[in-house]
Amino acid sequence: MSTAAAAALERAADLRRTLGVNFRDETVRSLYAEAQRIAGRAANTSATRRDFDQRIDRLVTSPVLGLPIMAMLLATVFWLTIAGANVPSAMLADGFFWFEDLAAGWFTSWGVPWWITGFIWHGVYKGLAWVISVMLPPMAIFFPLFTMLEDLGYLPRVAFNLDFLFRRAGAHGKQALSMAMGFGCNAAGIIATRVIDSPRERLVAILTNNFVPCNGRFPTLIMLATIFVGAQFSPAFASFAAAGTVLLVVMIGVAFTLAVSWALSRTVLKGEASAFTLELPPYRRPGVLRILYTSLIDRTLFVLWRAVLTAAPAGAVIWILANIFVGGTSLAQHVSNFLNPLGQAIGLDGVILLAYIIAIPANEIVVPTMLMVYLGTGMMTELDSFDDLRTLLVDRHGWTLLTAVNLMLFSLLHNPCATTIITIYKETLSRKWAAIGALMPLGLAFLVTFMVAAIWRAFV
Amino acid sequence: MSHNCDSCSIQSELERMGVSLTRFDRVVALAGNPNTGKSTLFNALTGLKQHTGNWPGKTVTRAEGGFEFNKIKYKLVDLPGTYSLLSASHDEEIARDFLLFGRPDVTVVVIDATAIERNLNLVLQVLEITSRVVVAVNLMDEAKRKGIEVDLRSLGRDLGVPAVGVVARTGEGQHALLEAVDGVASGAITTKPLQISGTPEFQRAVAELVPLIEEAAPGVPNARWIAIRLLDGDAQVEEALASGRLASIVGDQQRASQRFSQKIALEGAQ
Repeated sequence: MSTAAAAALERAADLRRTLGVNFRDETVRSLYAEAQRIAGRAANTSATRRDFDQRIDRLVTSPVLGLPIMAMLLATVFWLTIAGANVPSAMLADGFFWFEDLAAGWFTSWGVPWWITGFIWHGVYKGLAWVISVMLPPMAIFFPLFTMLEDLGYLPRVAFNLDFLFRRAGAHGKQALSMAMGFGCNAAGIIATRVIDSPRERLVAILTNNFVPCNGRFPTLIMLATIFVGAQFSPAFASFAAAGTVLLVVMIGVAFTLAVSWALSRTVLKGEASAFTLELPPYRRPGVLRILYTSLIDRTLFVLWRAVLTAAPAGAVIWILANIFVGGTSLAQHVSNFLNPLGQAIGLDGVILLAYIIAIPANEIVVPTMLMVYLGTGMMTELDSFDDLRTLLVDRHGWTLLTAVNLMLFSLLHNPCATTIITIYKETLSRKWAAIGALMPLGLAFLVTFMVAAIWRAFV
Repeated sequence: MSHNCDSCSIQSELERMGVSLTRFDRVVALAGNPNTGKSTLFNALTGLKQHTGNWPGKTVTRAEGGFEFNKIKYKLVDLPGTYSLLSASHDEEIARDFLLFGRPDVTVVVIDATAIERNLNLVLQVLEITSRVVVAVNLMDEAKRKGIEVDLRSLGRDLGVPAVGVVARTGEGQHALLEAVDGVASGAITTKPLQISGTPEFQRAVAELVPLIEEAAPGVPNARWIAIRLLDGDAQVEEALASGRLASIVGDQQRASQRFSQKIALEGAQ
């Protein structure tokens, strides 16, 4: 330390002593008094303030009705997403696969070698087509609805409602905000944890953000809920049952968030929850055009673009794996056979695990990857409806309700995608926490699905 | 200034430059409490699409954009929303470091017209750091709906800096705000910022410390503010002075805060 700095610090300490202990309080008090005086002169606040807002707040943050209203809102959003996305998804798939056959036909008639045609149209293009038709419609409905709730000012109320749960788990109440952002994208949710001041609580929030399904995982959940749960009900109730199932999965995710936060704050990240103030902003009328812009351009197209970028190479990899034969069996078959015992132990199978390995860069492509491996190359089944999908999975590949349940759980709990892991590293600047952020959920996913499978097989 | 009209289009003089920040003449910082519409104003001026939404704490990085007004190129820096500059949470640190060492030509403090008293606490703290301040009273429409009348002239007189009413969402008042920013930056408008005087002993203590600080960290701006923080026993400021970081930080402020780069925020799809 330079002598000049030491002298300044020493003098400051002396002077502080002469000023007395109440100096800080006095400074703050005079600041507040001045603010009050100026505001009193500048603003004429004769009106009855925020009467309407307060009445709504009393309802949506009430100890009794707050949580049920929240669940209802979330269920409505899921239902609108599921019910609305069905038809456009099928139409997109029809169009894309019609074009696949058409284009492949052209290539063949032009004398292009079969493996180029296969690689481009049945590999790369098919992967892209799946991702777009499965993901685009739900996202184009879910994101605007979610952005609307955000713009309206509902998110801080969610944090308020959940605060008592997070506090009891030893976590920060604002974790509810980063959790809500995680519904869109876990990487974004992890960046949003910056609103949490305490490093310990921030780390808890970062490590548990993965337990809310991001947009890349919603299509998987929606598909499974639709074909395995929704299909059990009459068509009139199918979308309600599917939405209810997705809501249940999300609630299980929140329960895991709280449980893991609790466990972390009592072991490696010991500490008490800190107090904080959270402003409940006035409700504002959402700007429709701006919502459409942010949710469709910034969110939907961004996520879709990312999926496209990863789906194209993944489609290529799968096509190669499925078309290189060693000893009469394709490479894809070899790998999935190798993984099969592990997959069966947790109620899944080798193909699903292979799909999860290929999908590490982006969760969005799990389902298309899985289907492409199941379908192989020679058997170009048209999969333009959920019924066909059900037939393929259940009749041809022996899926049961256990497979669907465990796949939902695995999808909910398993390791975050590569982007999210990189974001954890960038935010914590620690390889250790990035590794824990990836491996802890993965271990938990295996443990939970293994236990569910064991119990299921013992009783069913 | 060519003309001074609030209702006419500003498109002719305002050119949104997005992130093309190769050259700029002036730096303007946007500070304010959380959820007062800083990012909305930022977007309106730069034509960028920073994430906005109705909850406190959205802006966690320091976003930068550019615009041109009256042929002068500005760099606009959107700081995270904070209630004060006193405590040490991460976003307050980002905001405080930039105001202290980033040396913006003008700091626009955005305040919520419906909660002026609470917002003024931050304004007063910013005035301790820098005199080149313009107060943008945002959400004037909401205030009007709630029957709150804001006397901008009284506010400006009391604070000693220009106070301009704006509606960031519709662009109302933008022109007057930019005129004020231009005036303060060029020196055409002289400000006389209100500073909390405190007791005579306090004044004497500050006066005594300022030269010592200037000696310990030559070239440091805002020695007065640092003196106040030292008297308050701010451990971070003490550490910065002792380690010599205070002297060096002036130079590499820009680089240091890149740890939380905007790039990550964009990658995260927001």
